[in-house]
Amino acid sequence: MSDTGYNYRVVRGFAFSALFWLVIGLVVGLWIAFEMFNPALNLTPWLSFGRLRVVHTNGLGLGFGLAAIFAATYYMLQRLTRTPIAFPRLAQAHLYLFNTVIALGALSLFAGMNTTREYGELEWPIDIGVVTFWVMFAINVFGTLIKRQEKQMYISLWYIIAMTVAIAILYIVNNLEIPISLFKSYTIYSGANDANVEWWYGHNVVGFIFTVPILAMFYYFLPKVSNLPIYSHRLSIVSFWSLNFAYLWTGAHHLMLSPLPEWLQTVAMGFSLFMIAPSWGSVVNGYYTLNGNWDQMRTNYLVKFFIAGITFYGLQTLQGPLQGLRTLSAFFHYTDWVPGHVHMGTMGWVTMIISASFYYMIPRIYDREIYSVKLANIHFWLMMVGQIVWTSAMWIAGIQQGAMWKATNPDGSLMYNFLDTVASLYPYYQLRFGAGVVFFIGILVFAWNLVMTVRQEQEPGKASPSIL
Amino acid sequence: MGITSKPVVFAILSAAVILIGTTVTVFIPLFMPSTQPVSAYIKPYTAVEQEGRDIYMREGCNNCHTQTVRPLRTEVLRYGEYSKPEEFAYDRPFLWGSKRTGPDLNRVGGKYPDSWHYTHFKRPQGMFEKSNMPPYFWLAKNRLDTSYSFKKTTVLGYGYTEAMVKQQLEEYRAKVADENYPSKESRNVVTPLELRKELTEMDALVAYIQKLGRDVKSMETNQ
Repeated sequence: MSDTGYNYRVVRGFAFSALFWLVIGLVVGLWIAFEMFNPALNLTPWLSFGRLRVVHTNGLGLGFGLAAIFAATYYMLQRLTRTPIAFPRLAQAHLYLFNTVIALGALSLFAGMNTTREYGELEWPIDIGVVTFWVMFAINVFGTLIKRQEKQMYISLWYIIAMTVAIAILYIVNNLEIPISLFKSYTIYSGANDANVEWWYGHNVVGFIFTVPILAMFYYFLPKVSNLPIYSHRLSIVSFWSLNFAYLWTGAHHLMLSPLPEWLQTVAMGFSLFMIAPSWGSVVNGYYTLNGNWDQMRTNYLVKFFIAGITFYGLQTLQGPLQGLRTLSAFFHYTDWVPGHVHMGTMGWVTMIISASFYYMIPRIYDREIYSVKLANIHFWLMMVGQIVWTSAMWIAGIQQGAMWKATNPDGSLMYNFLDTVASLYPYYQLRFGAGVVFFIGILVFAWNLVMTVRQEQEPGKASPSIL
Repeated sequence: MGITSKPVVFAILSAAVILIGTTVTVFIPLFMPSTQPVSAYIKPYTAVEQEGRDIYMREGCNNCHTQTVRPLRTEVLRYGEYSKPEEFAYDRPFLWGSKRTGPDLNRVGGKYPDSWHYTHFKRPQGMFEKSNMPPYFWLAKNRLDTSYSFKKTTVLGYGYTEAMVKQQLEEYRAKVADENYPSKESRNVVTPLELRKELTEMDALVAYIQKLGRDVKSMETNQ
């Protein structure tokens, strides 16, 4: 408890859990990136690519992503409602259960307990753990909101409410399964229906973890960091409701030209294009917030994290709807273009905004300054360069791969066998690994900077008056 | 002040907005005939093939291999007839995948003899020097666990009796353990002596791979 009565213990717990899972998830990511051009690294069954890839996606999506979201949510929730967390001991239990479930989840994936439904790979006992900690979280969100001192709910709280509700619906509907044993179950859906349910989930779980709560952070921390109010309240209202409405219609753009009924694909395609509007609503809102104060990009080290982040969000939300078009999907789908797309979002938008939010939040809850602004700037540039090289390498690889799959000889026969296309990608995979190392070093600098912020001796005179 | 000062109303309204698209594009299609067509030609997996499918899932093969051929000229040329929804009626879960680090497998059944797969799984680089597929020789060192086979086929609604499941397992075991099994040599290279008369995980995986697309091929022959 700090002097304001706010509970920051759970915020700290989740923030450092997020850092831990971030480092683990990236190490696994580097490992599988290396396996892509050197299969000798598939040393044991549990180190083989097929098992590790899901450890990477779940470790970063659920481990790092959710922990960072819980940390930022518990912080924003208390500040924006001017109310301490409603049930602090429940929040602490949430922290312990969360880390237990993520650790068990990672181990179960290493062991091959994998439902194979993307981003929902965890087996049923782990699913029950996830649902349980989500309910604990929801009780605290709504408990605190009901007890709140501040009447009006700020935009960030809307996004937190939407995430809390949506993830519950998505996770439960998608993971309805019939257990065979403690370690194995079968989904209740079959064939084309299963694909449809799964990509409704797969697309929206990314939306409501990697977009919605990150926007909550953006709308809260950018004004805090820059001391500027959000440009347009009306624009944020329109963006919020249209995003929530349209997101759920778009899952089938992952299934273009698959055996799914064509009308579902076409509806998804239409709504995907529509999604550009609400996404860019937030982008425009962010840019105009800085109107007349763009010098802060130079003078305020955190502003550039937020503006770079929202820029990649803007690019991401243009690229996504375009590659979801049937004709473009025919070329790009199943190629390395798609991991390029995903990683612009995760490395360029999600991690960028979370980093900056932590740089703002952690010094404040410990009542001190950040250890080193210089290191934060180094971290920024390493992430930026790493991400751009990483994603560009995969986009070029994807274009080449797509073109080689399609290439025909004058007589109409295929120009390349599949292996030719694989072997031609190795230089890009090597470059991607190098870029991943650069990004990872950036993350190590980030973690070091935060750990040193916490561990440094408080300099007299730098501390806030409340401590003195 | 409106709904931004009423959190519970706000949450209910959010849920309602989220459920509109969900209902139209997910809940309603669940019950439409177009998402669950059936065909007399498409047969459920045998107990052995289902066990092989579960190993395919356990090893995350779907991370690198798709199982949907799209109706595109070069794709049909490369893999075969494009995929139809009725082929997947028994697939729980679907294994269409989302990335082709390796080739599509929806039409791979019957393309190569069993021996090809035993040799390839053992060490893909032995067959294709530049392949980046992990080796799976160790699958042949694991005895196939069939203790849940009957329960699995029951939950999946394949309609087999326990005796039928036992018979399917025994028939496949007898086939691969037979002296005259055409792929005997390659199987023996990977399978340890003490497991040669039994079913291994690799046997089941090969059985599953050989099932993929086979029903569609027989449908084409019949037509």
